[in-house]
Amino acid sequence: MASMIIGLDVGGTHTDVILAGENGLVNRAKVLTDTSDLFGTILTGLDRITADVRPEDISHAVLSTTLTTNAIVTNNLHRAGMIVCAGPGISVDAFKICDDFHVVDGAIDHSGREIKGLNEGQIRAAASQLQEKGIDCVGVACKFSTRNPAHELKIAEIISPMFERVFIGHRISGNFNFPRRIATTFLNASVYPVHKAFFNAVQSSLVKRGLTMPIYILKADGGTMDFKTSIDFPGQSILSGPAASVMGSVPFADTDAETLVLDIGGTTTDMAVLVNGVPLLAPEGIELNGYKTLIRALKTMSVGLGGDSFVRVDGENIIIGPERRGPAMAYGGDAPTTPTDALFVLGKAAGGDKDAAARGINGIAEKLGVSVTAAAYRVFDQTCRQILENARQMVDMINSRPVYTVREALKGRRINPDRLLMLGGPAPYFADHIQSISDYKVKTVPHWDVANAIGTALSRTTCEVTLFADTSKRVATAPAERFSESIGSGFDLRAATDMALTLLKDKALSQGADVKDLETDLLESLAFNQVRNFHLVGKTIRVRVQVRPGLVHNHEAIVRHLER
Amino acid sequence: MLKAKHKTGLVFFPAFDWAISPTHPEREERLLYTRDQIVEEGLLDIDGIVELKAGVIDPIDVQRVHFCVPDIGSIMTESHFISAGGAKTVGCAVMEKKIEKGFALVRPPGHHSMRVAHGGRGFCNVNNEAIMIEQLRAAYGIDRVAIVDTDCHHGDGTQDIYWHDPDTLCISIHQDGRTLYPGSGFVDEFGGPTAAGATLNIPLPPYTSEEGFLYVVNNVVLPVLEEFKPDLIVNSAGQDNHFTDPLTNMNFSAQGYADLTRLLNPDIAVLEGGYSIEGALPYVNLGLILAMAGIDYSNVKEPDYDFERLRQSAEVTGAIKKICGEVMDVWNNRHAIRKQMCSNQDTAERRRNVFYDTAGINEFQHETLNICSKCGGVLKIDSSADTGSHILAIHIPKKACDKCKKTGRQWYETADTGRYEMIMMQDRPEDRFLVRTAS
Ligand SMILES: [Zn+2]
Ligand SMILES: [Zn+2]
Repeated sequence: MASMIIGLDVGGTHTDVILAGENGLVNRAKVLTDTSDLFGTILTGLDRITADVRPEDISHAVLSTTLTTNAIVTNNLHRAGMIVCAGPGISVDAFKICDDFHVVDGAIDHSGREIKGLNEGQIRAAASQLQEKGIDCVGVACKFSTRNPAHELKIAEIISPMFERVFIGHRISGNFNFPRRIATTFLNASVYPVHKAFFNAVQSSLVKRGLTMPIYILKADGGTMDFKTSIDFPGQSILSGPAASVMGSVPFADTDAETLVLDIGGTTTDMAVLVNGVPLLAPEGIELNGYKTLIRALKTMSVGLGGDSFVRVDGENIIIGPERRGPAMAYGGDAPTTPTDALFVLGKAAGGDKDAAARGINGIAEKLGVSVTAAAYRVFDQTCRQILENARQMVDMINSRPVYTVREALKGRRINPDRLLMLGGPAPYFADHIQSISDYKVKTVPHWDVANAIGTALSRTTCEVTLFADTSKRVATAPAERFSESIGSGFDLRAATDMALTLLKDKALSQGADVKDLETDLLESLAFNQVRNFHLVGKTIRVRVQVRPGLVHNHEAIVRHLER
Repeated sequence: MLKAKHKTGLVFFPAFDWAISPTHPEREERLLYTRDQIVEEGLLDIDGIVELKAGVIDPIDVQRVHFCVPDIGSIMTESHFISAGGAKTVGCAVMEKKIEKGFALVRPPGHHSMRVAHGGRGFCNVNNEAIMIEQLRAAYGIDRVAIVDTDCHHGDGTQDIYWHDPDTLCISIHQDGRTLYPGSGFVDEFGGPTAAGATLNIPLPPYTSEEGFLYVVNNVVLPVLEEFKPDLIVNSAGQDNHFTDPLTNMNFSAQGYADLTRLLNPDIAVLEGGYSIEGALPYVNLGLILAMAGIDYSNVKEPDYDFERLRQSAEVTGAIKKICGEVMDVWNNRHAIRKQMCSNQDTAERRRNVFYDTAGINEFQHETLNICSKCGGVLKIDSSADTGSHILAIHIPKKACDKCKKTGRQWYETADTGRYEMIMMQDRPEDRFLVRTAS
């Protein structure tokens, strides 16, 4: 029976690959990431773990890639064009996201009413200009398109024959926020070619190796998406790296407690919060390199504090991070020194050049006028304390999020995590000390150094659906799902919720979900009396549902073995 | 990238689960479309605009301002605590310089709530602005405050609370009381003997448009503020002057509200009324926030906006100029008026009926102010309502002189508990609230 899963997480330095089965971890590998040949890197990794495995025993593979993320962070974006229409409100010039940004006439108001029609000639002229510049990927975004997608659809219909690919705002996210819709649509258009090339390369080489199992990609919300579907939503592959680690911690979190997750890496520590074993989502979406988007993401915070952070002295104080100036001296780095070197001096880490580490720490010790051991201890202790302080800030930030109903305000949903799950290369070295200087119950995740790949492998398919219903207009719509259906006057919140859940399940299954993994949540459910001229004319209803980020249903058998 | 010139904090508390009644204008749906507009515009992603979480007020915050009869729990629901809490959050953030300006986009509103509160009036139960201001005075030691009420209805509650306070300037711009609830707010209502001129009413004729409102701001509000020199300017930002509002008859617009906000330059704005929930509020609130933050709002226009069609008539313009002249006369002569009102008198009395339209309660008040040359003067209110309640309310002002403090405390100690169900005292110098009953 095909029951093994491949998890592959392409990180900046290492690519982690694991093969998990009912007996736990079957194979694991860490290969250096060759940024000039990511594809070769992936294949090397796959070869290492599948060498002695029959292809038919593998049920599926999940990939987490940094390709699209890197393209954005390094400003190596494919040249894409935008056609937007905005109407009244904040001047749209403020949202000019790229050079090839065309604003066309047309406006829809907050109720979905057309205030100003489109001008077809103007749209064609804008498209021709884009075409003349050789642009082949275009994004279309209109204000309030999630209330009424007519303008976006019409523009797309007009220009589609002229380009290889047109991305439409309301199809990517059903949520409000026009500037984010512009950015999201633009990024999808801009990373499309790189994602498509990756897709083609992976597909063809897997076939060459006789591997034909379904492939998924990991998304920033910690869920997976069928690889083929991801071609229509290439932006969904952005920033899946932090999500991989969070999902790697999920199997080891208590399901009746609040847990902080700390992924300590070389350059950064990434933090997240699990409530009863479920990761918290970011309220709006991914923010990356100045782009604010509507792409669903787990709530993570990254701070410039890791094993390789640059350590120096300023007066009486030690400064750690946020930058990294190279590897630890213990691992062949040239000065300056790092927290990892402190670990070597203190005898907590082994397998590197302890003398080199001591030379580095000695520089700190001399400036502080203390012994090398004392200096190492101070660097180590301060790193732990700074990580804890950042964790506290993240919890505060989550707790200061506004609520919009009396019920929520009174419930005062404050989180107060009392345990910590740690992963990442240096995690076990820090765990004991963090436990001793804090009130947290600290645990290091098994296979902490490849937990991200394990999380990638075990994640389930997720998605979200937003439904609007208006009983006075007798219609229910979910524009992102191309759904519109007439409803009766008695249609209520319950009926809307059922309708949204049906749409959600269909969507999840079409994106590759296993029918056993459809654990759903009601994210928002609001029903308002609509009163016009002092008469009740109907109800306006909003429902937002999701498949909860979590692990595939058969993960327990696998995880039981990991914990040994 | 958009950047706010003034760091602006927003408390948005739409109370999506609270209504006076299912079809009442003050219902769950009121700020829904405003939220949609604000979120769709990406307002909260702008550098320099931050959303703050509404805090909750404590009973003492209410008691500094109101005598709730029989008690706070009977007057306020949870929603009122959070709405006033939203104003407090914004106020504290401004005082602590976390933000430069703040806007509490909260409901339910408060500007019709008076010092004694037997129930709800004009959709209001407690006065959000006064609760905030008195809390800021207690916590941060600010002194002079100006409240500019730009709601279409006369801010009679705020006026009542500050009637005898020379350090709080209350300016209300509203539709003429002969044509609209609550029927008050005429130029000759200018405050008590020790605080005359610190209350200014500017009743405007129906169909006043942008031109008229901006004339009032430029020719009355700004010159008066310039002279009053407040430590803090608070805008009671009602939005029912809008040409689409179903309850009123004015012709104001989103552009006009934004211009007014830019000119007024308030430190804090608190939402009051405004019941055109689809046609006005989304645009007015957007314009107002952009104006506070110092961001271009020239493209914020309602779909049905037509400058020419909304233009006010020459008669309206003439009437407004005349009213503004009368108001400036009151302001310019305030010292003489105070002197005349206080001369040869130890006390000043007011007898009046207060109707609580939302709660359906009638109240009769007999107020006695001790006229004092050293302070605003201690006052007591004998209040009886057709609910059967009869109370005595004593207010010792924050800056009361020793003699007035003594008088107030004496009133409290010696009042007859056989006659009054409760004797209540706001002892502001001690920042305490006391209640005495027979048992
Ligand atoms: Zn009003
Ligand atoms: Zn006195």
